[in-house]
Amino acid sequence: MTVKITVGLDGTETGERALTFARDLASRMEACELIVAYVIEWSPFTFQTPEENATRHKRREEEIEIATSRVVAPAVKSLQDAGFAAKGVVRHGDVAETLNRITVENGASQIIVGRVSNDGFTKRLFGSSTQNLVMHADVPVTVVG
Amino acid sequence: MTFSKLSTIGATALGFQSALGTAAAAQSIDETVNQAFANSTGWFVSLIFAPIPGTSFPWIVMWLVIAASVFTIYFGLVQFRFFGHAIRLVKGDYSDPNDAGEVSHFQALATALSGTVGLGNIAGVAVAVGIGGPGATFWMILAGLLGMASKFTECTLGVKYRNEYPDGSVSGGPMYYISKGFNELGLPGGKILAVLFAVFCILGALGGGNMFQANQAHAQISAITGDYPGWITGLVFAAVVFAVIVGGIKSIARVTEKVVPFMGILYVGAAAIILIINFDMIGWAFGQIFAGAFTGLGVAGGMVGALIQGFKRAAFSNEAGVGSAAIAHSAVKTKEPITEGFVSLLEPLIDTVVICTMTALVIIISQQLLIDEATGNYMLNEAGSAIATVDGNSGVALTSAAFASGISWFPYVLAIAVVLFAFSTMISWSYYGLKAWTYLFGEGKTTELVFKIIFCVFVVIGAAASLGPVIDFSDAAIFAMAVVNIIGLYFLMKIVRAELVSYAERLKSGEIKAFDS
Repeated sequence: MTVKITVGLDGTETGERALTFARDLASRMEACELIVAYVIEWSPFTFQTPEENATRHKRREEEIEIATSRVVAPAVKSLQDAGFAAKGVVRHGDVAETLNRITVENGASQIIVGRVSNDGFTKRLFGSSTQNLVMHADVPVTVVG
Repeated sequence: MTFSKLSTIGATALGFQSALGTAAAAQSIDETVNQAFANSTGWFVSLIFAPIPGTSFPWIVMWLVIAASVFTIYFGLVQFRFFGHAIRLVKGDYSDPNDAGEVSHFQALATALSGTVGLGNIAGVAVAVGIGGPGATFWMILAGLLGMASKFTECTLGVKYRNEYPDGSVSGGPMYYISKGFNELGLPGGKILAVLFAVFCILGALGGGNMFQANQAHAQISAITGDYPGWITGLVFAAVVFAVIVGGIKSIARVTEKVVPFMGILYVGAAAIILIINFDMIGWAFGQIFAGAFTGLGVAGGMVGALIQGFKRAAFSNEAGVGSAAIAHSAVKTKEPITEGFVSLLEPLIDTVVICTMTALVIIISQQLLIDEATGNYMLNEAGSAIATVDGNSGVALTSAAFASGISWFPYVLAIAVVLFAFSTMISWSYYGLKAWTYLFGEGKTTELVFKIIFCVFVVIGAAASLGPVIDFSDAAIFAMAVVNIIGLYFLMKIVRAELVSYAERLKSGEIKAFDS
């Protein structure tokens, strides 16, 4: 049976380390598919100007395109080139919630993420996305330092 | 015609700037602008507010109330039946997770609200209560509740008939639903009505969405700093608005959009504190509201005076039936246009039934309005046009004085709130006006720039003119939009009903259901 693992990327170095760890883990398994996920932080409860709303759909497409071309597609390609089964997913939403949702939807059994996400004030106030994920995820989470 | 005349005045006003030197000269410039403005817009104001023959009741107020009542009945009290559903839609219970990143119901509602919550709730209510007495509040609340149905109708159509361009951007509003909807039904005259709406929308954007805001922002600032010429405030405001809408400095708009909701909460919070402190007077205040609603309690025009003021200021504040909200709401991402209609019906509720009522209660409780102890009626001012107040205040100054009687330092917070509300309303209306402008003259950088510059010129005129002519013109322009919009809504409401019936059936059968979070 194929084991599926979600790898959360954020375009930073720690994300890369998470990817390396996942690749190492996958190489020890017989059949493993890696789901490379990038979540664009977004909330439906923000305040925007009318212009922002009118052009939102276009900007959303642009954001997905940038995340795909700069982060997810290269990662998926490198994994596939190395002989791994891999696919990419880019979504908008709350990072922890959405990573968990992607994992559940795809029937993956584990999530691997990097340690750092937010910084400073936001982190003190709300905790980091990683903390939230560890607390609320439906599957085991590995945090790579 | 009005429009071209106004542009000329705008150019004249700007031409004067180089000649400014002394304060006396500046005052006379304010007066000149004021006089020229009043002269050139008087006929338009008279036409819109003409009384129904044989009465003192302006036909336009009747027009709005009848429309709101018709929609309320036609859609079977939709504002109450689907109230709970509207809340669930805003919470996102019915939003497809795959649409994350698109404009949510909450965002569309918040954007539309930031265009309507503002001076109408602070200054407008003071005008209503100041002229129409506490009884105006009763009619304002009633107008707010009925207006929810008008808003529902126009916003459903706004989403249904919006234009979606190949690049994914959207444009919507009455000019689109009137022209497309009429075509679909094979009715003639859709294009003419749409053009007429667009013309009035531009005037409304320059009036209520711009000059009234600049005017009251100046009144508020000068009340704190001491009197100085209005054109100075106007120039500063115009420069910032110019930076945002022409210079594309989005950071200012973004900061405003984030600070404004905070100020709104602060305002409601302060009002709530004053009401809690004076808890024992709330019963008396409602007593005044009910007694005044049906007797007038001595105000100019009696019960009818209270009713006219209440309905007028409610419409000016929540814009139900005016059509502006349909422009703001049309950007939402939804497969069911009617869902945005449900969400939009919360707008008059929040704006008028909650926020306006709180302002009115604070003004009444603070006892800024003078009562003749012998009769229990309100005393009129010397001119006999409004209720006499403690310091002779009216408009935003009256609200400010009322809050100050409960929280002495609140006028400073209110001044900041007024300036920010005025600014965010201007930004919203510059967009509504621009959409109407591009509907008439086509999309394009140059045509857009022309409108934006005209918009900035009117900021200066609005700040320099005195309240009377500005408020008259602002009301007239905004109500003129409602004349055309409501004609369109009457013809198109059967389309909305078909949507409502279909949606309600699918909701009941379980075909439309909430997404699991």
